[in-house]
Amino acid sequence: MKPQDYSETMIELAGWSVRLTTYKLGGRYISKADNVSPGANFAKAEGVTKEEAESRVMEIAQRRLGRTKTMPI
Amino acid sequence: MADYAHPEVLVSTDWAAQHAGDAKVRVVEVDVDTAAYDEGHIANAVGWAWNTQLCDTVRRDIIPKDQFEKLMADSGIGNDTTVVLYGDNNNWFAAWALWQLKIYGHKDVRLMNGGRKKWIAEGRELTKDAPKVAKASYKASGPDYSIRSFLPEVQKATGSKSVELVDVRSPDEFTGKILAPPGLPETCQRGGHIPGASNIPWAKACNDDGTFKNYDELKSLYEAAGISGKKPVIAYCRIGERSSHSWFVLKYLLGLKDVTNYDGSWTEWGNLVGAPVEKGAAAAGA
Repeated sequence: MKPQDYSETMIELAGWSVRLTTYKLGGRYISKADNVSPGANFAKAEGVTKEEAESRVMEIAQRRLGRTKTMPI
Repeated sequence: MADYAHPEVLVSTDWAAQHAGDAKVRVVEVDVDTAAYDEGHIANAVGWAWNTQLCDTVRRDIIPKDQFEKLMADSGIGNDTTVVLYGDNNNWFAAWALWQLKIYGHKDVRLMNGGRKKWIAEGRELTKDAPKVAKASYKASGPDYSIRSFLPEVQKATGSKSVELVDVRSPDEFTGKILAPPGLPETCQRGGHIPGASNIPWAKACNDDGTFKNYDELKSLYEAAGISGKKPVIAYCRIGERSSHSWFVLKYLLGLKDVTNYDGSWTEWGNLVGAPVEKGAAAAGA
């Protein structure tokens, strides 16, 4: 099977820059969210369509990013 | 444009596609997301889980020598096998695995430039089929800790101008604004960085497609922060995998002689009672 329909999209969620990487593999779309800086993947979801996979990963990402505390420097 | 100091440590996705089935080549996938291999992997590649197969699961350490030998043998890797590592997050844990292979003396180990991201972006074939692996015989050497720093060496380095500390985390982790990368669990008690460290985020060494920048770009990047190889360098991050990536760049692509990875990294230092911590940007001249 070959990955298809590969895309990277930059968005902002909960005040953080997020990159969504999405592709179709074996009939399902896989979408992953990374935090750009440093670039760690921290959420992943699947869906029948690209929109479904991305919607799900954004929901997970939003929840996890909401738990990120910032400290005074 | 100058070539890398050791160009033989990198293979392209084309090369991996052509040689993944060779008898003397073993491709190994090592991901941050340990489920990624099962989504689909390069044909004939085996998968290693960094958190169970490349770690001592009782105490915090790399795997012991006897377990390493078993992992290699079970993966069909002999002492003369060319091992090609690749993984997600631009090869973070693939680089960490490479560092461990070097600690235990494996001669021919390489990274697939661009990692899993580039392979997928190029639409290359993936499979869910388990590879047929014939068990091999493996004898490790070492451990060679000349490429690893432990806490006492780092503590000594903080009071010295004779060692360069390179913090490869994001600027927000370095300054202490956040305790862990956004969206990930916090794993330390204090934010900031080891006093005297320079902040050169690992990602600055990469192009958008996940491949490494060329020699001249890498040399400029590190020299701009005062890292020229005239002094020993200790790289660190949060748990030691991002710093393995930077360690690889410094040692094999730029050819610095004395570079170590402090895999205790911020999860050790930032939890250490009484350890000095610097917050904010690095001090001028540090």
